[in-house]
Amino acid sequence: MDRRVPLILSLALLATLAAMVWNMGVGEYPIPPLDVIRTVFHLPTGGEDYDFVVNTLRLPRMLVAALIGLSLGISGTIMQGLTRNPLADPEILGISAGAGLVVVTMVVVVRTLPSSFIPIGAFVGALINAGIIYLLSWKNGDSPFRMILIGIGLAAVTTAGIELMITFGDVRDVQRAMIWLAGSVYGRSWNDFWALLPWVIVFVPLAMFLARDLNVLNLGEDVARGLGVHVAWRRGLLLFTAVALAAATVAAAGTIGFVGLMAPHMARRLVGADHVGVLPTAGALGTLLVVLADLIGRTIISPIELPCGLVTSVIGAPFFIYLLLKQARGTK
Amino acid sequence: MSRLHTEALTLGYDQAAIITDLNVDIPSGLITALVGPNGCGKSTLLRGLARLLAPQRGVAYLDGKAIHQIPTRKLAQQLGILPQTPTAPEGLTVRELVAQGRYPHQSWFQQWAADDEAAVNKALAITGMAKFADRPIDALSGGQRQRAWIAMTLAQETEVILLDEPTTYLDLAHQIEVLTLLERLNRQEGRTIVMVVHDLNHATRHAQHIIAMRDGQVVASGSPTDVVTPELLRQVFGVDAEVLHDPRTGVPLCIAYDLAGDEAHDYVVEPQSRIAALA
Repeated sequence: MDRRVPLILSLALLATLAAMVWNMGVGEYPIPPLDVIRTVFHLPTGGEDYDFVVNTLRLPRMLVAALIGLSLGISGTIMQGLTRNPLADPEILGISAGAGLVVVTMVVVVRTLPSSFIPIGAFVGALINAGIIYLLSWKNGDSPFRMILIGIGLAAVTTAGIELMITFGDVRDVQRAMIWLAGSVYGRSWNDFWALLPWVIVFVPLAMFLARDLNVLNLGEDVARGLGVHVAWRRGLLLFTAVALAAATVAAAGTIGFVGLMAPHMARRLVGADHVGVLPTAGALGTLLVVLADLIGRTIISPIELPCGLVTSVIGAPFFIYLLLKQARGTK
Repeated sequence: MSRLHTEALTLGYDQAAIITDLNVDIPSGLITALVGPNGCGKSTLLRGLARLLAPQRGVAYLDGKAIHQIPTRKLAQQLGILPQTPTAPEGLTVRELVAQGRYPHQSWFQQWAADDEAAVNKALAITGMAKFADRPIDALSGGQRQRAWIAMTLAQETEVILLDEPTTYLDLAHQIEVLTLLERLNRQEGRTIVMVVHDLNHATRHAQHIIAMRDGQVVASGSPTDVVTPELLRQVFGVDAEVLHDPRTGVPLCIAYDLAGDEAHDYVVEPQSRIAALA
């Protein structure tokens, strides 16, 4: 592990905690940062509405944003490591779209389905698209580039499927689906937090356990097999982990784009290429990104709220183009 | 007694067999060079020995056990393989790369121990890469990069090391840098080394045993002096060549002058089909 990891990780956590407090303090009903902290820990404060505003409204929403950022940072890192391609992320590969298509179909077609089915539907959809990519791109040895192309194609097809559902669905159902698709943590409650938490508790530590396998797979299939990695099995487990984390975020808040792309890049820039350090750093930076994006979305043109998925896309899309250009230059 | 050998080994991709019913013995404690024209199956054989390619028929053995039945991690503790022109992810340092060689010696519960650290430092020292340990791989020269990969394979601490064209894309000085390193490893550490080499003179200079292949078959094997003769060069490579002796080391040295006999005819009259046959 890189020597910089403990310091960088501490700084990232500190910045994230600050962003969290700031996030909960701003809004139509501003609360001073110290009072936010006091309220969270149920200490006496000046404002009588503080407990309701912070602990009922803003804290669960902020925590959902944080878990989404953590999951996306780790999911993106795994996907970039497995594909050996810095352009991979759950959104670009169509994993998020797969989750989205199933959920929109559930909302528009089945209609009366209880919302507790949404995470499962998202997971199934994400898994189907991941399976298609896995089968098509790893059939004859590994080809990172082929995987990206197949993923982008699959994302386009799946997104078209979502459009189709939206076009033919009942207006009220479509509206429900659209709000969810926008990638916002607006109105997320403790229930949403508790629904998301188990996925994070299971799959984030699993990703950490598999960090060394990811390192070795990152050297290419032949080298990995020569080093004694059971490639199909370990790669499958890592992909499963990445898909589960991505699907859980889509189920919680729709597609929040480009976080899985940006966080691993920033992490590698800060702590090098060893995934034992990159995974937690990317997780911390993903958390910071989404909490900040939510903060920006809520304040930049208040009282109107922008979904945090829109904010991350505004930052992420140019970043993606920059990476694309950089890679094009590199291959010439 | 040879630890590594094959019996009626048939290897190929999809349905097409590239080598058929091959029996080879790799002498222990020596450097063996696999030579032959493009498409002769030398790299395929190496991949088969390293369980990167499963046999269609027949068996490759290590110490009497079928290589494909040895648990992959266990095999990785005894046999290392450096594939042709591997690529490292951007920003990975030499030390981080070499540390990956410890993978087969670690488990989820036993992540990084003192002997791992020692093996990495030793591999860095032997390959002369200690001073570059904290440099990213992508900032190194071709020869240094290849030495870093060899160091990774060394950190694996296997008695047998297989290398697929370790000098490809390297210039002359870097080729010598890599080949003399392999010689030193063999001499000082007693490692058994099997390498696919393109340049026959590299094989005679740096290997004690040569296996010459053509069309998936072994045409000759033995010491460089026994194997490298004008007849063999005609037979295996289809070239008219003279074999001299290296004034410093006495090993055979070949100089090819022209394509030989039928080969020359084929190339001149039907170049397309010859080229297609090689591809």
